[in-house]
Amino acid sequence: MNTDKNRVLACIDGSTLSEAVCDYAAWIARRVDAPLKLLHTIDHHPETAPKSDLSGNIGVDSRDHLLEEIISLEQQRSKLQLQQGKLQLQAAKERVKQAGVADPIVNQRHGSLVESLIELEDSIRVLVLGLRGKVHENQPDKIGAKLESIIRSLHRPILVVNAAFKTPERIMIAYDGSKAAEKAVDMVATSPLYHGLTCHLVSVSKDDGSIEKLLEDAANKLRNAGDIKVIAKKLQGKPEQALCEYQETHNIDLTVMGAYSHTRLHDLLLGSFTARMLLNTKKPLLLLR
Amino acid sequence: MLFLSKKQDWLGNIRGDVLAGTVVALALIPEAIAFSIIAGVDPKVGLYASFCIAVITAFVGGRPGMISAATGAMALLMVSLVKEHGLQYLLAATLLTGVLQIFAGYLKVGSLMSFVSRSVVTGFVNALAILIFMAQLPELTHVTWHVYAMTASGLAIIYLFPYIPVIGKSLPSPLVCIVVLTGVSIYLNLDIHTVGDMGQLPDALPIFLWPEVPLTLETLQIIFPYSAGLAMVGLLESLMTATIIDDLTDTSSDKNRECKGQGLANIGAGLLGGMAGCAMIGQSVINIKSGGRGRLSTLIAGSFLLIMVVFLDEWISRIPMAALVAVMIMVSIGTFSWRSIVNLKQYPLSTNVVMVMTVIVVVWTHNLAMGVFVGVLLASLFFANKISHFMCVESELDDETNTRTYHVIGQIFFNSADKFIAAFDFKEAVDKVVIDLHRAHFWDITSVTALDKAVIKFRREGADVELIGMNEATTTIIDRFGVHDKPEEIEKIMGGH
Repeated sequence: MNTDKNRVLACIDGSTLSEAVCDYAAWIARRVDAPLKLLHTIDHHPETAPKSDLSGNIGVDSRDHLLEEIISLEQQRSKLQLQQGKLQLQAAKERVKQAGVADPIVNQRHGSLVESLIELEDSIRVLVLGLRGKVHENQPDKIGAKLESIIRSLHRPILVVNAAFKTPERIMIAYDGSKAAEKAVDMVATSPLYHGLTCHLVSVSKDDGSIEKLLEDAANKLRNAGDIKVIAKKLQGKPEQALCEYQETHNIDLTVMGAYSHTRLHDLLLGSFTARMLLNTKKPLLLLR
Repeated sequence: MLFLSKKQDWLGNIRGDVLAGTVVALALIPEAIAFSIIAGVDPKVGLYASFCIAVITAFVGGRPGMISAATGAMALLMVSLVKEHGLQYLLAATLLTGVLQIFAGYLKVGSLMSFVSRSVVTGFVNALAILIFMAQLPELTHVTWHVYAMTASGLAIIYLFPYIPVIGKSLPSPLVCIVVLTGVSIYLNLDIHTVGDMGQLPDALPIFLWPEVPLTLETLQIIFPYSAGLAMVGLLESLMTATIIDDLTDTSSDKNRECKGQGLANIGAGLLGGMAGCAMIGQSVINIKSGGRGRLSTLIAGSFLLIMVVFLDEWISRIPMAALVAVMIMVSIGTFSWRSIVNLKQYPLSTNVVMVMTVIVVVWTHNLAMGVFVGVLLASLFFANKISHFMCVESELDDETNTRTYHVIGQIFFNSADKFIAAFDFKEAVDKVVIDLHRAHFWDITSVTALDKAVIKFRREGADVELIGMNEATTTIIDRFGVHDKPEEIEKIMGGH
């Protein structure tokens, strides 16, 4: 396994969003000058049966025959998936090469995406993946089945892509004064990714006391960082609604925010802000844990 | 941990699990009845047990998709208990079995399965198949020709029905066999044994009841030997079945959780008036073949079994025993590893001896635990014997100084210690003996004693003895691998090779 710690990792699954994922990954890789790795996983779903024979009898050595039968079925299926994955990776490689990334690494792994990503976590700098995988491709009211568990189990920045690529010029930081938001500000301030961009520092809150001071501090931090134009703004209303409206009116290309800062139980009862943002926003989200 | 399960274990394969669970439930009914008859109790004891064990292991078992219920291996162990002390003592023994199995789970006995070699497992399943078959013989002796005809046609239906296009693969053939034979026997009004003749069938849902036994030390003395045997056989068969399903589905299972799950299931069975049970190899294979993979399949199998039995008890009592015998012969044929007979020619003799001895001991004692014990013991002895061959002693004589140098290479332990001593020539008149132990490994105290003995003998013959490399050699006397099982430590210890 490569020990290079600084990779931009793009998850490819052949869905419509994969192309956008490639483009965003290429954009990040070029701006931060990091190697790019394209990952495709072959998920085996051992919890489902490849075939079912309800004859209910067992004969001479049926255990051995059954094993051989299942193995050959799975082999065929895996071979097909391997082949498809190779083609998808090939296409993705061409695409990022055209976008100017010199030597992308391609990787194909067996097992579920979440497991693979947890194993690879140490080598990831930024993870880029689509909002939906192949399963939910045509269901705009759903987010990918594994997205939440991926975001929850990884501790790296994750760019969730939900639309075709557009070179980001104006970004927005959803700021609420929390630690995660503070980290987001720090990251934007220090990373070369955001040089030369306009950054809208936006906060949605009801009380108007303490947050303004924090907002001002954060804006100053960004201004001092150098090449970033900063616009600080305080909004009223429901956070996800206000933020999404702001995104549209100000043509924001990318939103940076903390993600899933509450426990699963809390989110189960009250609903998760991150999940609502993922559903409602029309622009890519860069999530920080 | 015991009650945790992943969503996909339950809902990952709903359609397959429901269908497979139904097929398994249909196949479980004849087995539960047949095994109750082996144990000498009413069919309802086996049926309640099968329901209860299947449902509980669905939730707490460590291997999704495995079918546990009343089994023949367990039934054979309780025959004498039922005969001498009655049903209530069986229920108490079942409770105790569960408790012992839970203990075993917490003691992580599941990991001891690595001592059970492949040939012992093969011997176990072959012996199990033979026992199931032998248990059918009483139904096939001293009977009219009708019974043979019924059994033969039952087997024909079971194996030929699946070849009928379309319906063949969607209707379980054992069910077809039972329905057809029951119809024929009612239509012709044959005077043959039916399930109803064998004892009481369940007519209601099981109820909670504490076994009516005196809570005394005497009771414990009666039931403990049975419970210990039942617990051991139950765990052995369950863990072996779990391994078989692991292989079939290319997934792993939690063996220690399975031990605890079996324990809880047996406690449940004991409290609901059922006999002890464990995982079933045949049924589990049928479940996987039918497309079952998740916990749901086991739950469906158990609950569907009870529903059918309670509502169809009228009809079930009219099933001719010949139909059940046919189903059980199928289970026996399917459980037996026929390939192992072909393999006898290719496998080494020691492996074959282990397998065959396991079978013989089981068939002799009707106790699978004894067979496994003998099998594991034999396999370990054979292994020790093989390893003891990896020892040799080379020597050279230096004429000038009249010194003989022995180079000892290989494994020295209880089994190779005699060979080690025999390698020295004590009759040779030399002034000095050097024993080089750099590349020798001393595994136990027997080997150290053997070395001492050799040194003393040489000294008695008037030679000076020098040992070199002693430190390296004795580092291998390690009782517990804890700090020593890191790669660099192993390299240090095994460095001689």
